[in-house]
Amino acid sequence: MREVMTKAMARNVFYGGSLFFIVVFLIMSAQSVRHITERSTASAELTEGVARGKKVWEEHACINCHTLMGEGAYFAPELMNVMTRWGVDDDPEGAFDVMKGWMEAQPSGIEGRRQMPQFHLSDEDLRDLTDFFLWVNKIDAQGWPPNEAG
Amino acid sequence: MKYQTQRVAYWYFLAAMAVFAVQVLGGLWAGWIYVNPNFLSDAMPFNIIRMLHTNSLIVWLLLGFFGAAYFLVPEESERELHSPKLAYIQLLILLLGTAGVVVTYTFDLFAGNWFLGKEGREFIEQPVWVKLGIAVASLIFLFNITTTVLKGRKTAITNVLLLGLWGLVLLFLFAFYNPENLALDKMFWWYIVHLWVEGTWELIMASILAFLLLKLTGVDREIIEKWLYIIVATALFSGILGTGHHYYWIGTPGYWQWIGSIFSSLEVIPFFAMMSFSFVMVWKGKRDHPNKAALLWALGAATVAFFGAGVWGFLHTLHGVNYYTHGTQITAAHGHLAFFGAYVSVNLAIITYAMPILTGRDPYNQVLNMVSFWLMTGGMSFMTFVLTFAGTIQTHMQRVLGENFMDVQEGLNLFFIMRWGAGLCVVIGAILFIYAQLAPRREIIAKAENEGA
Repeated sequence: MREVMTKAMARNVFYGGSLFFIVVFLIMSAQSVRHITERSTASAELTEGVARGKKVWEEHACINCHTLMGEGAYFAPELMNVMTRWGVDDDPEGAFDVMKGWMEAQPSGIEGRRQMPQFHLSDEDLRDLTDFFLWVNKIDAQGWPPNEAG
Repeated sequence: MKYQTQRVAYWYFLAAMAVFAVQVLGGLWAGWIYVNPNFLSDAMPFNIIRMLHTNSLIVWLLLGFFGAAYFLVPEESERELHSPKLAYIQLLILLLGTAGVVVTYTFDLFAGNWFLGKEGREFIEQPVWVKLGIAVASLIFLFNITTTVLKGRKTAITNVLLLGLWGLVLLFLFAFYNPENLALDKMFWWYIVHLWVEGTWELIMASILAFLLLKLTGVDREIIEKWLYIIVATALFSGILGTGHHYYWIGTPGYWQWIGSIFSSLEVIPFFAMMSFSFVMVWKGKRDHPNKAALLWALGAATVAFFGAGVWGFLHTLHGVNYYTHGTQITAAHGHLAFFGAYVSVNLAIITYAMPILTGRDPYNQVLNMVSFWLMTGGMSFMTFVLTFAGTIQTHMQRVLGENFMDVQEGLNLFFIMRWGAGLCVVIGAILFIYAQLAPRREIIAKAENEGA
């Protein structure tokens, strides 16, 4: 092996090759950013309500029980398609009502069931969160999730 | 201890072990909530416990890496650290931030405050002030270590270690970028998470392993360093574009399905190489180092990393498979064994190796330490098996048959009970490990009779 490759050669391969892959990755990243902003998330408008809803989602650390687009904790259901699952994906008012009813009913207190905390969200927060989920539901994620169960 | 300033590492390792204890106890708690969902559900909901579990993992691994750097850089560079005082200031900032995080999460303080409140993106939930603290501490660290390396002897081990640490810190800066567009958010979030654990951290792991093998086996530096470059080259060549395996279903272009599948399949190579390399070096090595426990952890790290990160990663990385398994207990299984094998074990290996040197003792409590290795490794393996079974059933019931998430989860109860038992083994192992490091008992393994081995 010593004859085939010296330490200096291995070092140069490492530095040169890594640089090459970093450049390729950055070019593909730039293309992906364009794809996201112009295509995959372009079908629904990213309103201020959606942006505020994302904040509500983050402030309560929802991702540490739920998954969103398959990422997060695996303790509670996937929420990317929750609006489809509730059958309200084309009905913002209905979506808000179901969301409000759901959040007010937590925690269920049922023995042996996983408990969702009571977050005391205002109607504004609930509306923003609903807008956020309606928006997420419209992202083109290459056909994922496979079905309504999420 | 060849250089006085290596002593800094002692305090980093102590802090790392303390946070390690918090991490495994948090895991035990979270596992118990799976078994008994009503357990303290009002006071400490699952999401809070999980944040503590994952955040403390990251913090203690980083403390371990920093400690490892402070330990091995003086020895490699053949000079004292640039400034031990800066290293202690860095440690204090990190510990203050850690305490701040625990208090903020536990008592749900300052919710919604942009500076003091938690941020709520997975793994980087820390409040902004803590993130700034981490950034400042990291810059202090880079300055301190880089200055030391530049002034001293340059080796492949310090080159690779430094590159890994610089990459780690620079990528962390993406934690301050949170776009309103969720798909963009996720895409750049992986710049931190993936390019840490399947990029820069691999460089750190490989260089620590190389250092340990150099010391423990006595193999020629030239050979070890050449292989180090080859291994980290395969790690970055596969790992950088391997990021694609996170870009299948988050709104990114479809071509990532092929790029991600191909390159992340190749991510098995560096882990296989690290494992083979470690064993070959031990067989080739003539030295009979008295610290057998450190050798066990080093070989264990390379082996379990191959299975956890390599094999279990490959298991669900092809996009056709991942379409169904994405975000199920399969991911949890892989995550646990990969982190344990690669990063927990390599930290425990360097701690096991360094602690006797830092305290000026012989390697005491080796049998206890080795028992803790088998308890933790056994427990973690069993946990991975039961979660893999649980995930397989979940994938079929939920993703193929379309059954309701909560109904499927209730059907998995037996697996979650077994997972908790496995977790208990890990916790006992962790406590034994910490005890073995700290309790000064005289117990030295007799030298092997066959000296040639």
